[in-house]
Amino acid sequence: MPKVTINEERCRGCELCTTACPKKIIALSKTKLNSAGYHPAEITDQSICIACAMCARMCPHVAITVEK
Amino acid sequence: MSVVFKKPDALCDVTMHYCPGCTHGIVHRLVAEVIDELGIVGNTVGVAPVGCAVFAYNYFECDMIEAAHGRAPAVATGCKRANPNNIVFTYQGDGDLAAIGTAETVHAASRGENITVIFINNTIYGMTSGQMAPTSLPGQVTTTSPYGRDPRQAGFPIRVCEMLSTLSGTAYCERVSVDCVKNVMQAKKAIKKAFENQIAGKGFSLVEVLSTCPSNWGLSPLESLERLRRDMIPYYPLGVYCDKEPFAAFEEAAK
Amino acid sequence: MSDKILMKGNEALAEAAIRAGCRFFFGYPITPQTQLPEYMAKKMPKIGGTFLQAESEVAAINMVLGAASAGVRVMTSSSSPGISLKAEGISYLAGSDLPAVIVNIQRGGPGLGGIQPSQADYWQATKGLAHGDFRVLSLAPAGIQEAVDLMGTAFDLADKYRMPVMILGDGILGQMMEPVRLPDPVESLPEKPWATTGTKGKRKHNIVNSLYIQPEALEEIVRARYERYAQVEANETRVETWLCDDADIIVTAYGSTARICRNAIRAARADGIKVGMIRPITLWPFPSETYAAHVPHTKAILDVEMSMGQMIDDVRLAVGNAVPVHFFGRTGGVVPTPAEIRARIDEICKEA
Repeated sequence: MPKVTINEERCRGCELCTTACPKKIIALSKTKLNSAGYHPAEITDQSICIACAMCARMCPHVAITVEK
Repeated sequence: MSVVFKKPDALCDVTMHYCPGCTHGIVHRLVAEVIDELGIVGNTVGVAPVGCAVFAYNYFECDMIEAAHGRAPAVATGCKRANPNNIVFTYQGDGDLAAIGTAETVHAASRGENITVIFINNTIYGMTSGQMAPTSLPGQVTTTSPYGRDPRQAGFPIRVCEMLSTLSGTAYCERVSVDCVKNVMQAKKAIKKAFENQIAGKGFSLVEVLSTCPSNWGLSPLESLERLRRDMIPYYPLGVYCDKEPFAAFEEAAK
Repeated sequence: MSDKILMKGNEALAEAAIRAGCRFFFGYPITPQTQLPEYMAKKMPKIGGTFLQAESEVAAINMVLGAASAGVRVMTSSSSPGISLKAEGISYLAGSDLPAVIVNIQRGGPGLGGIQPSQADYWQATKGLAHGDFRVLSLAPAGIQEAVDLMGTAFDLADKYRMPVMILGDGILGQMMEPVRLPDPVESLPEKPWATTGTKGKRKHNIVNSLYIQPEALEEIVRARYERYAQVEANETRVETWLCDDADIIVTAYGSTARICRNAIRAARADGIKVGMIRPITLWPFPSETYAAHVPHTKAILDVEMSMGQMIDDVRLAVGNAVPVHFFGRTGGVVPTPAEIRARIDEICKEA
């Protein structure tokens, strides 16, 4: 089962991953803030992730790890 | 579980200082991935001059030199000539490469200097917060072209790949973009080729990467990608501008 | 040591650099130093070295910076207007703690000035080379043998203190011919574990850098550098004194001008006037203590330069108000004659 891990501290909330995701399962957190003051990206439905890593390839802060 | 994607080893495990959505981080990662794939991290020296990427010495695991504004190709020349077995790359912005360092860029290319140049074109000076760059588009509003770049007053943007491809010494010039995954993949292929060319001794290779600067463009990161596609790519068409072996061709012709 | 051979100053400097282990030269043509790069262009390819004619002085000094980062002995040479262009790179060399040798065969200025010998770059070499708090160790040979000997010293000191070293000559030194004995080539060079030669997977990455965005960090690194400069001042100050012990008048001059002064001093001595000479060999560090030591038993100092008076500032700082400091200088490429200097000595005698 695919697993996407987002390093929330490293995330800058730029949303480039959100539009890269073909399954549209990444969004910025509405509740969390990291120590730099950004709403980090989070996975809304891990179960339909296909581990394509498109999110990671667009992430400018290299905050995403993808496993399957 | 197997890892599909993770931070490349050639990139230091630190948070980079770049603004949200700035695509410098993507290009750093691509360079690091290429260094990893070619297995050259222990043999590589990077040169990062003044500009937003001046702190790149904190981000790459290879040896690094910080250079004066515009002088990276000269510094890289000295470094490569001293140790020809090292793989030497520069990482330069548009103000650096195409304004203050134009002479160093053109002559390093003309000499066929066996180095790899990563050129970030985001049409603006980022580090000094948003002044007109040599690549700023006609009409582009910046802090030093507040009424939009008027070619009558401030001249025209420089198309670096087109210019350098006219030189006999340039081995390889390609313009790529990092606005979407497909183009990011193509950018990586180009960067890899630019490093492979150096390993093969082919000479000067440059990859121009169309990039964004959301902070100084005054756009959101996603709007910035949109501007890149809408305004920049038509003015700066993507593609390979030059792919040759200058020295081999010259020596063949001399036979 | 070789037998004595007749060599032009610029060429002797080049050969001495090669014998000191320099295998990398980056430069740009400018009169009156051009024979130095020309010699390098001829010689380097034969000995596995690199000569590269850069697109500008700015590029040349940055190529020097790149090669210095890579840990090799490297040099450039130029003349006054070209040194101004190298200023940026020299500041970066100093700020990155890199060793390199820069030769300035001075000509008249300011601006394009002229192409004849001058010493109008003293302030530049010793004080205002470029932006920032830093020093360049400046050596001023007065003849070709001394130039040859100081070239090896220049590379050794650059490596020892990790700083740029300048050899400050002038058009006379560069263009004249003299018999010289060349040193034997150096056998081994110092290790440079800080150099950017690739980690080889055996160490953390080396960084050559002059940027410290936190002010306290920058202050700390500059202060550490100034501690090294203090060691240079304590250990590397060089000066020649001649006939000073009984001198009523001490002439002070450096480089070619000191040789001209020597003739004037001999002539004065022959007429019974007690004249001596202090000749700084390092311009920074300046041999202030030597002046202080001789002030008590002399009546006047005469500073002679091929400029409107630049070193005289340092002489006055060293002498204070103890004795009058007089000046004689020609500038713009005009070389002072022994007779002119002798006449000035006679005037001072009358005043004293």
